[in-house]
Amino acid sequence: MGPTRGRIMVSVLEIQDLHVSYRWREGVPRPALAGVSVSLLPGEILGVLGESGSGKSTLAAAAVRLLPPNGHVTGGAILFEGRDLLRSKPEELRQIRGARIALIFQEPSLALHPTMRAGEQVRQVLAAHGSPGKRALNERTRQVFAAVFPEEVDRLSQSYPHQLSGGQRQRVLIAQAIACRPCVIIADEPTASLDSATQMEILGLFRTLREKLGLAMIFITHNPALLAGFADRVLVLYGGRVVEWGPAATVLASPRHPYTKALFQSIPQSFEESGNRRETKLPAIAGDSSPSSLPREGCCFEPRCAERMAICRGREPALVSVSETHKVSCYKYEA
Amino acid sequence: MQPLLRVENLVKRYAKRSLAGTWEELSALDGLSFVILPETTLAVVGESGSGKSTLALCVACLEYPTSGSIWFEGRDVVKLVEDERRRLRPHIQLIYQDPAASLNPRWNTLEILIEPFVLQHKFEREEMKQRAYSLLERVGLSLEILPRSPVELSGGQRQRLAIARALALEPKLLILDEALSALDCSVQAQIANLLMELQSSLGMTYLFITHDLAMAAHLADEIAVMNRGRIVEQGPVEEILHQPQNETTRQLLAAVPRMTRTALPALEQ
Repeated sequence: MGPTRGRIMVSVLEIQDLHVSYRWREGVPRPALAGVSVSLLPGEILGVLGESGSGKSTLAAAAVRLLPPNGHVTGGAILFEGRDLLRSKPEELRQIRGARIALIFQEPSLALHPTMRAGEQVRQVLAAHGSPGKRALNERTRQVFAAVFPEEVDRLSQSYPHQLSGGQRQRVLIAQAIACRPCVIIADEPTASLDSATQMEILGLFRTLREKLGLAMIFITHNPALLAGFADRVLVLYGGRVVEWGPAATVLASPRHPYTKALFQSIPQSFEESGNRRETKLPAIAGDSSPSSLPREGCCFEPRCAERMAICRGREPALVSVSETHKVSCYKYEA
Repeated sequence: MQPLLRVENLVKRYAKRSLAGTWEELSALDGLSFVILPETTLAVVGESGSGKSTLALCVACLEYPTSGSIWFEGRDVVKLVEDERRRLRPHIQLIYQDPAASLNPRWNTLEILIEPFVLQHKFEREEMKQRAYSLLERVGLSLEILPRSPVELSGGQRQRLAIARALALEPKLLILDEALSALDCSVQAQIANLLMELQSSLGMTYLFITHDLAMAAHLADEIAVMNRGRIVEQGPVEEILHQPQNETTRQLLAAVPRMTRTALPALEQ
């Protein structure tokens, strides 16, 4: 079974109480993450679910210290291989990024160099992290390509990005990510620009690589349906806070937090139901989650919550356990 | 009932330069026919590269097809001269996937909303403003955002603004080219509800182009499945979902991410 079963497993990456805020020219710094704690177990796929503005991309960037210049970590710790990345020197970080922790971004056409052959772009990643000689380098590049492409390895590695399809480009990015045999991959919306058939292929490839290479992965997305049958655990972010966290099967099938519940209901279920589909509106969540509409006090979902109570406005709810592995931050579940 | 739009045997070929330097022809649309009845929604679904966006451009009179005809309200728009096409365009409006890219970031919301009137030399300045206000109301935006630029709006607000601008000239047909795909799930639901509301209040007709079969099934009356520039299957939503005849349709159905899925489909590696 999945790695979530072991209870005394040591996590490969541990983010503790992380606070990040962005500074803007006018006004006060805007918090993007307000005390997020995540642990990533060896070999697990952790799905991070959140809408725009929830802080999911900030989490990815902060985990490898790649925040934009106006982004600042204001508290917390990021523990990886026995050290706190927040206290690591730039030189140490350069050796970790790409080699031990790899990143995959959303838009493969922006992440690839347009006038460099795909194979060369993977080779440069390997060369940047130590050069074992030209021969070994070429051999390893070929191996990595063969791991992500089922066929036509040579033709594809000789191709330029514009000659590849969206799915193929994403595979080149995955090749770059796994080239140095990292133990953690952080993927920020890696399939958002692909159509659904290609999405499934890429998810399948991630699963295969996880088995083969023993990778642990943080998979960030706004689409909960992508995580079904794919992720081991799911972390739901809202307004820069963890609102729900638990095994994927439990969270996706029986969500407990009002936000998670409302989010899942807003997805069209045309396949599961039949009949008067056109008469029914989708149960959308009213309002929006832009920073200006988040409350300053209390639960950050309170203004849009269908199940709000008087207490929700006062102070922020803490994460409480509804089962051994399933945590929710909502007053409904506080004893 | 007379169809609002009838597309007959539409072909669009692009010249593509091969690696060897010779010119090849690429058929984006390869003999495509369908009709849309007024006040209904036709969803066109297909993988990327199947020709969906080329279809949108041809129907919106932004691209000339190689051959075939597009009948809109009894006139073949392909045969119209540029001047006549210009007069027709207000009736057919196009909404793109990424509103951030289709709204001018240097303009504020008011300027964006009245541009269609300015281009069409319609109304006095005061009338333009009044109409902009009622458009905003129609799509569920508050007047507070008028002085803001698109950059200061959320993704959902931007897409509402794009819809408001498209509605400005009271079009009969709205082409939605992946108009929901870039939005968050909860925002997608809000915009989908807005589209359905506008359809019943204004009698809009939609050509909804998407790769999201679940949303297509929710919004559309009929679904047409495209593959390599052709429609391989077309029919009422229930038929397509429950009795798909074509292999492409079955593949698309299988690839839809579902909350109830327990394991990923097996890889062919």
